[in-house]
Amino acid sequence: MLQSVREQGGKADPPSYGEVNHEHRAQNGSRVRRLTNSANDDWAALVKRVHLEKDRTAFAAIFEHFAPRVKAFLIRSGSGPSVAEECTQEVMATLWQKAHLFDPSRASVSTWIYTIARNKKIDVLRRQRRPEPEDLPWGPEQEPDLADVVTLQQESDRLAKALADLPEKQRILIEKAYFGELSHSEIAEETGLPLGTIKSRIRLALERLRHAMK
Amino acid sequence: MSEINHHLNDAMLMAYASGNLPEGFSLVVATHISLCDDCRARLESFEAVGGAMIGECENIDMSEDALAATFALIDADGDVAEAPRISAMDAVFPSPLQDYVGGDLDNVAWKSIGGGVKQAVLETAPDSSVRLLSIPAGAAMPDHTHRGTEMTLVLKGAFSDEDGRFARGDVEIADEELHHTPIAEDGEDCICLAATDAPLRFKGIIPRLAKTFIGI
Repeated sequence: MLQSVREQGGKADPPSYGEVNHEHRAQNGSRVRRLTNSANDDWAALVKRVHLEKDRTAFAAIFEHFAPRVKAFLIRSGSGPSVAEECTQEVMATLWQKAHLFDPSRASVSTWIYTIARNKKIDVLRRQRRPEPEDLPWGPEQEPDLADVVTLQQESDRLAKALADLPEKQRILIEKAYFGELSHSEIAEETGLPLGTIKSRIRLALERLRHAMK
Repeated sequence: MSEINHHLNDAMLMAYASGNLPEGFSLVVATHISLCDDCRARLESFEAVGGAMIGECENIDMSEDALAATFALIDADGDVAEAPRISAMDAVFPSPLQDYVGGDLDNVAWKSIGGGVKQAVLETAPDSSVRLLSIPAGAAMPDHTHRGTEMTLVLKGAFSDEDGRFARGDVEIADEELHHTPIAEDGEDCICLAATDAPLRFKGIIPRLAKTFIGI
């Protein structure tokens, strides 16, 4: 089941990753095809194009890859197929509208899309408000360091692999937590997830951001 | 950013990152994270786990016109980029709390609950409750025990109890075993944001009457 984490982690484009990619290779123009099979940091570049250039081709490539996954996530979280379809379109539209707030030195594109989908889930499925922390945007003058961006995207890939390699029992517990089958009191106070490295990278990015905001 | 000594635990962060924390607790978490970059970094790493999870989901085909329908949504909303939510430098309440109060500390609709203690219940979904508390300098919080979990975040002033000293940004997470008696420090009133997933049980007849009236 975690096989597709590797695929999404985006190791170039090995042909063995299943039929979905093959199909849409056949259907699409070469530019989109190349982009769709690119690595995590290239997804970040596409979001940047959506932000700066309102680039609809870039958006379409992101949509094609992520929308079916968001839809699956919402269905797995308890949504019916038609609600999931509608919500996924709204999630992707939010991505367009919030592209200026995406910080690739702190999150991969799949993580960022996950947070938008999660908020939609709370709004529509749980019918609750979602209190969100204050935003920490990079100003128009400053931008995250490219090396930080690349490292963070690599760490995201590594984390996905580490999760895939967890003992099955632990992995199932984490899946249950993320798909809404565990309450906060059912989650261990220390989860023992291998988050130390990615946390340090994000912490560093936050420090640079705070410095830039001064 | 002042130094924070009492942080969120993994369970709260993971439940919040996965979107399964009751609204009242979520407000405390979002407010703490607005003040604490350590917990923000931890939260964002739990969100990275969610990012990996969404990759793990098998693809489920979208309808044929889904992309066109999404562009229609985008076009209908226009090109107005949402402004980032950031509170003023001198604000007592970070943005998420201001969203619930409808402003900063000056805008709180306090109600007295006796002994100089004031509270303001904030409106949330019924699976948790959250309120602002104002405890006079040097005074004790009303004695209470609780079922379930209670989170208390200090926004102004400080209190101390059996677990240590809690100042701005510090959060205390208590379960039913902890019987604590927070006492506000001398000098200034202590303003806290407190959430529970079970109704508080105050000890003594007068607070119990107060409970009937105030509905906590």
